[in-house]
Amino acid sequence: MTDTGIGASVRRKEDYRFLTGNGRYLDDMNRPGQAYAYFLRSPHAHATFTIDTAAACKMPGVVAVYTGADIAESGLGGLICGWTITGKNGEPHKAPAHPLLALDTVRHVGDTVGVVIADTYLQAKDAAENVAVDYKPMPAVTSVVDALKKNAPQVHADAPGNLCYDWEIGDKAATDAAFEGAHHVTKLDLVNNRVVPSAMEPRAALGEYDAGIDEIALYTTSQNPHVARLVISAFIQLAPEHKLRVISPDIGGGFGSKIFIYLEECVTAWAARKLNRPVKWTAERSESFMTDAHGRDHVSQVELAMDKDGKFLGLRVSTLANMGAYLSTFATCVPSYLYATLMQGQYTTGAIYCEVKAVFTHSTPVDAVRGAGRPEATFVVERVVEEAAREMKIDPAELRQRNFIPADAFPYQTQVALAYDSGNYAGSMDKALDMVDYKGFAKRRDASKAAGKLRGIGFSSYIEACGIAPSAVVGSLGAGVGLYESAQVRFNPTGNVVVYTGSHAQGQGHETTFAQLVSDRLGVPIENVDVVHGDTAKIPFAMGTYGSRSLSVGGSAISKAMDKIIAKGKKIAAHTLEAALEDIEFSDGNFTVAGTDKSMDMAAVAFSAYVPHNYPGDELEPGLDESAFYDPVNFTFPFGTHICEVEVDPETGVTEIASWVAADDFGNLINPMIVEGQVHGGIAHGVGQALLESACYDDTGQLLSGSYMDYSMPRADTLPEMRIATTETPCPHNPLGVKGCGEAGAIAAPAAVMNAISDAIGTSNITMPATPEKVWRAIQSAR
Amino acid sequence: MSVNVSMTLNGKAVSAQVQDRTLLVTLIRDQLRLTGTHVGCDTSQCGACLVHVDGRAVKSCTMLAAQADGAEVKTIEGVANNGELHPMQAAFKEHHGLQCGYCTPGMIMSALDLVSINPDPSESEVREWLEGNLCRCTGYQNIVIAIQAGARAMREGGK
Repeated sequence: MTDTGIGASVRRKEDYRFLTGNGRYLDDMNRPGQAYAYFLRSPHAHATFTIDTAAACKMPGVVAVYTGADIAESGLGGLICGWTITGKNGEPHKAPAHPLLALDTVRHVGDTVGVVIADTYLQAKDAAENVAVDYKPMPAVTSVVDALKKNAPQVHADAPGNLCYDWEIGDKAATDAAFEGAHHVTKLDLVNNRVVPSAMEPRAALGEYDAGIDEIALYTTSQNPHVARLVISAFIQLAPEHKLRVISPDIGGGFGSKIFIYLEECVTAWAARKLNRPVKWTAERSESFMTDAHGRDHVSQVELAMDKDGKFLGLRVSTLANMGAYLSTFATCVPSYLYATLMQGQYTTGAIYCEVKAVFTHSTPVDAVRGAGRPEATFVVERVVEEAAREMKIDPAELRQRNFIPADAFPYQTQVALAYDSGNYAGSMDKALDMVDYKGFAKRRDASKAAGKLRGIGFSSYIEACGIAPSAVVGSLGAGVGLYESAQVRFNPTGNVVVYTGSHAQGQGHETTFAQLVSDRLGVPIENVDVVHGDTAKIPFAMGTYGSRSLSVGGSAISKAMDKIIAKGKKIAAHTLEAALEDIEFSDGNFTVAGTDKSMDMAAVAFSAYVPHNYPGDELEPGLDESAFYDPVNFTFPFGTHICEVEVDPETGVTEIASWVAADDFGNLINPMIVEGQVHGGIAHGVGQALLESACYDDTGQLLSGSYMDYSMPRADTLPEMRIATTETPCPHNPLGVKGCGEAGAIAAPAAVMNAISDAIGTSNITMPATPEKVWRAIQSAR
Repeated sequence: MSVNVSMTLNGKAVSAQVQDRTLLVTLIRDQLRLTGTHVGCDTSQCGACLVHVDGRAVKSCTMLAAQADGAEVKTIEGVANNGELHPMQAAFKEHHGLQCGYCTPGMIMSALDLVSINPDPSESEVREWLEGNLCRCTGYQNIVIAIQAGARAMREGGK
């Protein structure tokens, strides 16, 4: 290992610009003559409306005011959902129209009825006060349970009963049979609370039209600029793909929320062309709360059937999943194929059945947030396993160990479609138990008790399917796209390298990790490798960043492109050194004629490639610039065990995280420092969901937690120092042996926290977020 | 109504005409074009807009530009010395105290304010001090480590 190669904690190349205020986020950009957009949001969850813009149009600085009627007249299409779920009835999910601007009905607080464009942002905002919108409010429903009731307010006429789909996976008959023969069944009712993604950079968009070449440039906060371009071109029909350039610059966090195609970027780009003037929009945080796709929001019943030794015989899950008012870009697949397919967990459970009803409500659309379905699945499995351990009076670590899929059983075909490629679940459990000093827990509990506190310990042994995803598999499950990734590795004549990657970065450190791959493999000094992403005019068509896929899919594409660079370099070396191609060997950045001291280094090969004065034109092309697309053959399956210890104050209900240990397996690590940082952030995200965060609506559909005054984010004093370790079981099917680490913490954490609190207070009858009030009440009710 | 604001920004005298309702952060970002100071919320919770006014940390979204008239204002752009990272910035890099970078300028300005009044903060003092700064990426752990390391480097370097 070199100090800049694979396995080294190389300090990040991107840090300098961020540390000095030289990052280039979207709102930092301005274009000459730019106007500003302000979107008009509905204050009602459900209403019909009429709109009169005449007075606003006359306000100072106003350039234009557009409504849904203007969008309809222009012939633009609506927003789409890119994954078709086929229900129990054999029919596709209900997909009601989602116009860019509402025409006559609003369906959630924040639904958008118009846009004001003015010379300055404050002028646009002032003029918006003078748009007369006459709302006729109607009853609204935001809870999934209520939305399915008879006579519930209906969100869409073409989705009767508010049902988007009723879907199932697994063998129902076999599962029912497993329950009939069970020694004990543990049942839990669970709520997975709605969360707001909260990237620190609000979404933004800047459209600019070049009339000379009829091209729109759309700068937007996107995790996947090519997907945005495809959808905006093919479905919104704003412009042909070759006349629409999408640029996503430095992005201040995504966590899923910037995957999706949103109306604001479409309308901003459309208006820029219509006005032939740049138009910029930047969300205020209150808009982020109302319009960034939310996450989670499930209500589930789970039952686990066991034999007398605690062997898991069957798992039965029934879930209601909130879709919100409209289907966001990938909303449908999150509570189905990204959720129920993980119900096997780390266990040999013999039979599994899961049914999911996806439900429309008058609330902000729900889609993927860090983990996307997998945190919800882990919460279901790990909560019921821990509860079963209590009921069966078996140690929770021991119960898990009895049911782990053994390390020699891989590949392992699950009961719910996925085939796990590799794993060593007992290995990560053992490591976590050792780190937490499990044997010493009783003593620590006694010490807490002596101090008047209740101490609890909670486990979460999670599995995730990431490295999303093999195109053939997702295609067969209803995805409208393939999920490969692209890369281009381009040498310049002087030997430095530019890597063009489809894996967009929002803080993950790709510019460093990917440069390490190149430095390690091609022997180029890391400072001579630049990584470029985020511009459809520069990079090959690409699928972007989500589902912990950047390294395993995007990095594998870079690896594949480097294979081609080496193959081409061998040809160049063979020609230059006058040797046979098969005699050329490549290592440590040198092409050598086997058994001789004749060699050329990478830089010399690159220079030769671009100064090919004596190349045989029909046999050897000039240039050293190779592209590759990598389509994974399977998902990757990171796993691990997190253990949380809490101390609860029974007088106040305040929960303190006393310690956190994590033993994760992400396969091979390229940059351990970055991996550890990803795990820290994921854990904090999951602890936020468990203890603090909740998107709440009142009975009329008002979003009560609409700012950081009301929506409680994890802060620096939420968590103690987290202790992170890894085991390394390489992924057997990608060239780097890597799996992905960005979501693991958020997947593992909520169950670990809630299991620890349940252990401390002696009841599982408590929902997230476990606020002091809820914990106190649970303690009282359990007495 | 428009007002004239004159102040010292990162050591240089600047002046600008602003509307009376203009926030300091808007002046810094939109008129003076120093975009390292960020806006992350609209309720003064996140701390991404933190700058120093007359030597103390202030959320520049909570202050009118006019209130900064005559003040000495320092932003993240004024922290490095001729392109060389300040020890606190270097500590953030060394300890991976940043990911997406959006909250980072505010974190560094906050950290420098802390060290100016407490040159040797404990872990819990750092965590408590950061109450007004939100980060979604890092889980704060490496930020806390970086601030303690930066403080140490500043003590040793006599800064």
